[in-house]
Amino acid sequence: MSKHRHTEPPSDLVLRVKALESLLLEKGLVDAAALDILIDTYENKVGPRNGAKVVARAWADPAYKTRLLADATTAIAEFGFVGRQGEDMLVVENTPGIHNLTVCTLCSCYPWPVLGLPPVWYKAAPYRSRAVHDPRGVLREFGLELPEDVEIRVWDSTAELRYLVLPERPTGTESFSEDELASLVTRDAMIGVAKATAPDGTAGANT
Amino acid sequence: MTANVPPLPDQPRDERGPVFREPWEAQAFAMTLKLYEGGYFTWSEWAAALASEIAAAKARGEADLGDTYYQHWLAALEKIATAKKLVLDTDLRKRRAAWEKAARRTPHGHPIVLSPED
Repeated sequence: MSKHRHTEPPSDLVLRVKALESLLLEKGLVDAAALDILIDTYENKVGPRNGAKVVARAWADPAYKTRLLADATTAIAEFGFVGRQGEDMLVVENTPGIHNLTVCTLCSCYPWPVLGLPPVWYKAAPYRSRAVHDPRGVLREFGLELPEDVEIRVWDSTAELRYLVLPERPTGTESFSEDELASLVTRDAMIGVAKATAPDGTAGANT
Repeated sequence: MTANVPPLPDQPRDERGPVFREPWEAQAFAMTLKLYEGGYFTWSEWAAALASEIAAAKARGEADLGDTYYQHWLAALEKIATAKKLVLDTDLRKRRAAWEKAARRTPHGHPIVLSPED
């Protein structure tokens, strides 16, 4: 678990949005649940496609994968995806024996240059605490049942370091182009609550 | 859900609608839409407020809409919300300072919450 302090205060823009939002909510001029639902409809847009391109190239190009695992910030910047505050990225690789899961309560600690907007459940306190204490149970709720002998590693993002999960490449995709591979990579797979989509479209099946 | 609002000039979008680069941009967008749906201002009032912010920025020599579009958006939203007396400008500034103070004292990994002394 990280003991990081928040050395970087939120930006002026983030603070102004927080100020306006909290006042409007208190006055009952907007409804918190309705705001969340609206934001939710955009969370899957644009960002996750950036991350999917990174994952697809790592699957297709072993030299890129080596660079990505050694220095993710630089390797991801090859695509032009760079964080605003210069935060560092670490890519953690799933293998048949290890499954990685990322968490953080603060939406500022989400790698949105590659993953887009954080889903509402990711920001919710129950997800973070339960992901740490009962990751297997959380994954089961997402429909991902892992064998008992698979080790689950939970990564707590910080303001300075954010994680991206490199899912396992689905079998049966040997002839796929990078674009075709990218279409199998979902946001949830890069957070670690799902596996990459199998070529037949089924979620989670890796074999 | 948001299909009924006419597109605004220069708003970053793809074939499926608006796109955002950072979470706060989507939050500002969502608040605007919900206030409009609540009848607190009309869409043409909003479009005029936003256009006026963008025009003012251009006059100051800041014309990079790709990077700064939602900064103008937020400024326009603050202005229309205070002009319509939904919030007071002084409250906005006090609350911004309170959130900054709360963020500074909150250790990483804990939700940022306001306390009475903020």
